[in-house]
Amino acid sequence: MTKIIVDGKELDVPPEFTLLQACEEAGAEIPRFCYHERLSIAGNCRMCLVEVKPGPPKPAASCAMAVRDLRPGPNGEPPEVFTKSPMVQKARQGVMEFLLINHPLDCPICDQGGECDLQDQAMAFGGDSSRFAENKRAVEDKYIGPLVKTSMNRCIHCTRCVRFTAEVAGTGDMGSIGRGEDMEITTYLETAMSSELQGNVADLCPVGALLPKPQSFRARPWEMQKTQSIDVMDALGSAIRIDTRGREVMRILPRVNELVNEEWISDKTRQVVDGLKTQRLDKPFVREDGRLRPASWQEAFAAIAGKVKGARIGAIAGDLASVEEMFALKMLVESFGSKNLDCRQDGVKLDPKFGRASYIFNPGVVGIEEADAVLIIGANPRRESPVLNARILKRWSRTGMPVGVIGERVDLTYPAQYLGAGPDTLASLAGTPFGVILAKAQRPLIIVGQGALAREDGLAVLALAAGLALKGDWNGLAVLHTAAARVGGLDIGFVPGEGAADAAAMAAGGVDVLFNLGADEIEIGAGPFVVYMGSHGDRGAHRADVILPGAAYTEKSGLYVNTEGRVQMSDRANFPPGDAREDWAILRALSDALGHRLPFDSLGALRAQLVAAHPHMDHIDAVAAGDIGALAALPQGAVSKAGFVCAVQDFYLTNPIARASAVMAECSALAKGRLQQAAE
Amino acid sequence: MTVRRLADEQPASFDFTPENRAWCDAQIAKYPQGRQASAVIPLLWKAQAQHDYWLPKPAIEKVAEILDMPYIRVLEIATFYSMFNLAPVGKHFIQLCGTTPCMLRGAEDIKKVCEEKIGPQRQVRADGKFSWLEVECLGACCNAPMVQINDDYYEDLTPTNFARLIDDLAAGRPVHIGSQSGRVGSEPSGGLTSLKSLYGLDGVSGPGSVAAKNQD
Repeated sequence: MTKIIVDGKELDVPPEFTLLQACEEAGAEIPRFCYHERLSIAGNCRMCLVEVKPGPPKPAASCAMAVRDLRPGPNGEPPEVFTKSPMVQKARQGVMEFLLINHPLDCPICDQGGECDLQDQAMAFGGDSSRFAENKRAVEDKYIGPLVKTSMNRCIHCTRCVRFTAEVAGTGDMGSIGRGEDMEITTYLETAMSSELQGNVADLCPVGALLPKPQSFRARPWEMQKTQSIDVMDALGSAIRIDTRGREVMRILPRVNELVNEEWISDKTRQVVDGLKTQRLDKPFVREDGRLRPASWQEAFAAIAGKVKGARIGAIAGDLASVEEMFALKMLVESFGSKNLDCRQDGVKLDPKFGRASYIFNPGVVGIEEADAVLIIGANPRRESPVLNARILKRWSRTGMPVGVIGERVDLTYPAQYLGAGPDTLASLAGTPFGVILAKAQRPLIIVGQGALAREDGLAVLALAAGLALKGDWNGLAVLHTAAARVGGLDIGFVPGEGAADAAAMAAGGVDVLFNLGADEIEIGAGPFVVYMGSHGDRGAHRADVILPGAAYTEKSGLYVNTEGRVQMSDRANFPPGDAREDWAILRALSDALGHRLPFDSLGALRAQLVAAHPHMDHIDAVAAGDIGALAALPQGAVSKAGFVCAVQDFYLTNPIARASAVMAECSALAKGRLQQAAE
Repeated sequence: MTVRRLADEQPASFDFTPENRAWCDAQIAKYPQGRQASAVIPLLWKAQAQHDYWLPKPAIEKVAEILDMPYIRVLEIATFYSMFNLAPVGKHFIQLCGTTPCMLRGAEDIKKVCEEKIGPQRQVRADGKFSWLEVECLGACCNAPMVQINDDYYEDLTPTNFARLIDDLAAGRPVHIGSQSGRVGSEPSGGLTSLKSLYGLDGVSGPGSVAAKNQD
């Protein structure tokens, strides 16, 4: 620790701290544009100037100078930093005047207005007028993709976007061409960015140069209600903030959660917004003479009640369902004496009977930053969880740890050794060069994708992976889920009981009445009478005999357990459209109509019962660790030679909400075009 | 400086000749493993030299592929340095220094000659032999004004001798590289004024001096 005096206040800070960090530690506010704690230091905006003593008689950029770079005073006094001295004030005012020389005065028509760093800092640190009478610089606007709109006159060249795409996204999409006054931020010849995290550059941009394109000219930040919630687009459970105006979701922004998503979210998480408004199921439907017709809730319930008597009943839970809904549905189905339950519509072989450690991302997302070797089996983390992939890239760029891939050949944004296509490679890994690396590693991270588990030899693959992952106390077995609901479903045992039908069997006609809680990725055969509970008119609704319109994830409060087993609670930001209701309420009302009234009258009561049955659901934001010992019970078995196929083939269209989104469709088409180009 | 963009008309492809490729590999080998990107400027330079002294888009992409860099990283470098030409240039590409010392010594007049004989900046003369560009200091201030034509410096220019130089180059006649006023290197144009006892009693230094002859 080094002593330093900030504005007369003495404090101890680590010597590697920058002056900016030390000043923040001391409670002094330092304005900045280019500096961002998660990006490399550029030091080019000059806004963070401070005065140091002893030092040169000029201001120093506090973001780029470390505490250890300062000399002590002549008698060994600790170095002093001033953040409010006249020199600093004058320097900041001068920098601000320079920044504003070429910045257009278009705040009234700029979407960043109201949440603009430049606006705020010009108010706080700038002068009252400009002395610049010449013409302002004009810069062509660039096309950089369907998600980010550019207005390059406003750019102040902080290069945050350039550093983000290079360092966090790993694609290196953006750059600055030309120099001096002619420097321009762009992508290569105005191609669309290829990263799944590109939307974040609009958040990073401190001015209105890069803005979210789908939200252009739609709303002002001060008109919107902000609700803190949890994302369900992938199994990571990123922390999000849902901004609504009236009943309409206007945008989704990331929240900081160091344990999960840092402060990034994927483009699907962010721009699925328009999907929440289209293809919505807003009233119940009943199939009559092969056609679905709108009906009242009573008619819909009566249609179901007429079918359940004496019938074989089953339920499949989809990928976006909250734990409470699944728990309520499980209670309902069990009240009929049925054990035909499944939350694994893709047919993965994970089962709670092998212990929690067998189906969660045991090391945790933060554990990635301890890994010293990574093996990815049958997964493409870039498509299955782009933010998690950014963590792996972060770890790789700091340590260069070896990464091996078994499965499809994919571009992960960091170099990976391709080992083979199928489980036979995994079985014969010992003794190969990468096998030796894994054997030597102290904390190997073995990421197992759903593509490796949704096949007949899934459990054998899991057992092989577990065998590589355990090193003393370290459990590196990391099951990467793709569905937000999956771990929660497995936690509450939403799987077939002894001898009961699983999802595939139920879909093939193993039951007479099938409750489908938003499962849209499974083809249901002609046999069962299907009751679809969900929010969007997608595959599940097309096959349904009765549709009960539910709430999308922004419209309900619910528990979700992410891939690492972290229990998180989402919050309601707006209301479901039309006659649609929250799913727990639908189930409660339906149970009454079927004569099997569920024992709760509110979400709180339902949650209390859930917690009573599964105590770990009470610990929001905590992870209940899996028992390593239970992994030994995983059944070993023969594996086939067939290559793994990644679970997510089209990142942008993995769920009914995303499939209803025009923005996601455009992104998907662009990504397909890029793939074809790469193949040529 | 003005905004620099790639040329509108681009060749379909670019590849290094085998000799140049070998040269490139030797450059890349100078840098440690994983730091091949450091060789980007020499490679771009070679590509430009091979491609009539300008860098087409396929060459930028080729260099990026060889060095395993994103295209944008190489484009950044190619657009940053004015020594990389992004559009076709004349067979004799004149870079005219217009910075203060040359300007004081008459660079404006030299510029007029360029405009008269070649045309506006950045435009290749109809016969394809010449194009010119005003650049910043080329570091030959003591022999100002000066221009660089392809790889060589031509110094001590006057409108007369510069016009003759252009005509000679156009006609393919031999020209004298360096000072056009006949002085050696950058010695004083009127002969030595100091250190005469050390550097030639006749006021001339260098190979033609008395001291040098006496040494032989």
